[in-house]
Amino acid sequence: MFWRKFEERLFNLLIRVATLIIVGCLFIIVLTILVKGFPAMSWDMVSRIPSGGFYLGKEGGVLNAIIGSLYLGLGASIFSLVLSIPIVVYINIYSRSTSRFAQFIRISLDILYGIPSIVYGAFGFVLMIAFGLKVSLLAGIITVGLLVLPIMARTMDEVIRTIPKELGDASLSLGATKWETAMKVIMRQAFPGVLTAILLGFGRAVGDAASVIFTTGFTDNIPTSVLQPAATLPLAIFFQLGSPIKEVVDRAYASSLILTVIILIISISSRLLFKRFNKNVIK
Amino acid sequence: MKTSTSTSFKNNFPLSLQETEVAEEKVIPLGGLKPHISVRNLNISYGSQRILKNVSIDIPNKKITAIIGPSGCGKTTLLKTFNRLIESADGINIDGEVLVDGENIYGNDVEVTHIRKKMGLLSQRPMPLPMSIFDNIAYGMRIHGIRKKALLQEKVEHYLRQASLWEEVKDRLHHPATKLSIGQQQRLCLARGLAVEPEIILGDEPTSALDPISSQRIEEKFVELKKDYTVIMVTHILRQARRIADYIIFMWLGEIVEHGPAQELLENPKEEMTREYVKGVIS
Repeated sequence: MFWRKFEERLFNLLIRVATLIIVGCLFIIVLTILVKGFPAMSWDMVSRIPSGGFYLGKEGGVLNAIIGSLYLGLGASIFSLVLSIPIVVYINIYSRSTSRFAQFIRISLDILYGIPSIVYGAFGFVLMIAFGLKVSLLAGIITVGLLVLPIMARTMDEVIRTIPKELGDASLSLGATKWETAMKVIMRQAFPGVLTAILLGFGRAVGDAASVIFTTGFTDNIPTSVLQPAATLPLAIFFQLGSPIKEVVDRAYASSLILTVIILIISISSRLLFKRFNKNVIK
Repeated sequence: MKTSTSTSFKNNFPLSLQETEVAEEKVIPLGGLKPHISVRNLNISYGSQRILKNVSIDIPNKKITAIIGPSGCGKTTLLKTFNRLIESADGINIDGEVLVDGENIYGNDVEVTHIRKKMGLLSQRPMPLPMSIFDNIAYGMRIHGIRKKALLQEKVEHYLRQASLWEEVKDRLHHPATKLSIGQQQRLCLARGLAVEPEIILGDEPTSALDPISSQRIEEKFVELKKDYTVIMVTHILRQARRIADYIIFMWLGEIVEHGPAQELLENPKEEMTREYVKGVIS
């Protein structure tokens, strides 16, 4: 009896400690970024590209990296979405969800999910050479798109797998084709989940540094074509943090703040959209 | 499937009835009734398990046919062969013919959507599509090419009225269908099925999830609808079959034991097993 009570208490304590660590980490990260980044924040930071003495602590901002990251995140998300939808529709609606082929695709995606992003960067670099592509936004979009693909596809897949088979049957029995059923019924039911998947993908795309070093490169200018290199916020943070000049290091925290705010805005707006689209979903 | 009752009855009844009899002979003429669906030598197996064994049956036109029998006897499987929904199950083997209006729906060049359009399906649990009440009804019409808004509106009202739901929902046509009560949802599903102008209504225990009053309304609808439609319903409620069925098919372990006009079968069953089932000795 004593032992069982002890067990119960111990586990209770473990839960509390674990929760505290998680919430504490979040709190400290946000606090660090705010405390260190906020003083270095200025209108210039978000409205100007680096000029002459930016990397020596003089004027300029990281607009190049903000725009670059948004372009890259958007491009990679769209690229990945265009590839993910056919995959999940195929394995859940055209073939049976439990078939061997579907399981094979799932395992493949899970393995891809585990590959470190620097390997994607190297792979992207090999692809670029094979296709004669230079360091550019396009090369980055393709590489990061592939990096994001397993996250997006598997998240959507898990959402669609929870949808009762009878819902698809209801649509099919009205004489709808599989494609109509997939796009007009299943995807609609899965829409809140698909939105979450896109958000997760976008967050990963905007935040990844290793895969863009060799593929997207870095530039002080805002790209005007997908064939030009582009700056990204994670790389901007990386370069600024490595600087011996204090003002530049502070700007790294300001850049982190900007990146965090971007992700926050997307996160919140997706929640709002989720609510808006969730009302028709069958529970 | 193998409950204690079914095992004990296995001893009393041969597993395969009238094994020596040729399948064709089991089809008793409908007594002047015109068949709408004719099943010939239908065998369905799932892996090594045989679900339907040599089923041959005629379903009378514009009557209510009830398929009764203990659970696991293949009632639902038989129903799902009529609109080919059975195909979507993994590893299913279908052998035999199902003729709807004289056309073998398992023929090589038969368009499955065209077969399904002929039949409306009511499932055990009502499955509204994840959209508004209006769009639920309009969905089927839209995929079959009706685009004009005025026409859609007119038809949506017509079919909602036909399912006795119009008065309850006319002020909230654009609300999510999931907000309706479960009984209303089932009538919505009926209206949705009627909207694609089928000839046949299939019901897979359509009242099993409903309260008594909602069940009664569905039953009344079925009686009304048989003027224009052939109604086929699977039910495990004998009293329901007694109340509304014109024709009854009694199944046991994947075979048709007996079928005939409702009154005749219920009051004067020819087979010992039917008698036991009707008396409530087996269920």
